[in-house]
Amino acid sequence: MHEMSIAASILEAVEIEAGRHPGARVLEVGLRIGEWAGVDPEALRFCFEAMHAGSGNAAPVLHIEIMPRTDRCLSCGATFPAAAQSCPQCGASQTTPAGGTELEFAYLEIEEPDAS
Amino acid sequence: MRVELERKVLSENDQIAARLREGFRRKGVFSLNLIGSPGAGKTALLERTLAAFPAGRPVAVLTGDIQTDNDARRLARYGFPVRQITTGGACHLDASMVERGLGGWDTDALDLLLIENVGNLVCPSSYDLGEHAKVVVMSVTEGEDKPLKYPATFFKAALVVLNKIDLLPYVPFDLDAARKNVAQVRPGIEMVELSCTTGAGLDVWLRWLERRAVETSGNPEAPRP
Repeated sequence: MHEMSIAASILEAVEIEAGRHPGARVLEVGLRIGEWAGVDPEALRFCFEAMHAGSGNAAPVLHIEIMPRTDRCLSCGATFPAAAQSCPQCGASQTTPAGGTELEFAYLEIEEPDAS
Repeated sequence: MRVELERKVLSENDQIAARLREGFRRKGVFSLNLIGSPGAGKTALLERTLAAFPAGRPVAVLTGDIQTDNDARRLARYGFPVRQITTGGACHLDASMVERGLGGWDTDALDLLLIENVGNLVCPSSYDLGEHAKVVVMSVTEGEDKPLKYPATFFKAALVVLNKIDLLPYVPFDLDAARKNVAQVRPGIEMVELSCTTGAGLDVWLRWLERRAVETSGNPEAPRP
């Protein structure tokens, strides 16, 4: 259950970023999580919401984009689904893992306080 | 308003880990992060490894567990510095625990740091500890589909150690399927099959260790910059 520690890291980073926009409310947090990141999105949502329980504030929505496992061709640089045995672009067989273990922020959707 | 935020969730951990790794590299310390299920034989492998080293070799061990210092006491018998990291509930080590765990040790003098993670095939894979290589320890009593079930851990490893091969005649473990499953998750990864009980295959593991240490820290015979 390391999703609790990860949720805590997300909350910490969101609070730091939100601090740059005084009075703003964070509505949504965009995340990219690789299918081989070893992080369970549902457990992460549960933990993130649990951390907001009792705070009086609704938890921001976690928008999670699952990133597929991809490989990169060492010969032509093309990126393609990891299931391929060889590069679909140039046919080379030397490939290196490219994507699928991400655990990163993409964006924050924030609501600025009403200026009036 | 949408604010782009291009950073890793665990960037703070990653920064500490990168600092540790760079420090190790500069000092010529090869650092290893051993990951595996509870009972796979991580501590047994460390015991065998320490027993094979000449007395006085500058090696240190950090061993992580949720509770107890049983592992540190087991490992301390071999005469090398060993320290227990008790996570108090956390299912993995993180880089700051390693940094604190090293406190007071003269890491300049070390040539090898062995870090035994908390027994768990899931969570440790997310946390960089500043190691130069991750080693997954699995055993023939666990089932050959572990790499497929926990790909994140196997995917990031530099070596898979398959332990308890002395039990192969007694358990329904399909060795060929295990090799295939490891290769499917991480094509080309090295795998060492050994038994910490009989000692079979340990020489292969020790050779891997010394080879990777030299590759990482440079030629031990050459003067360090």
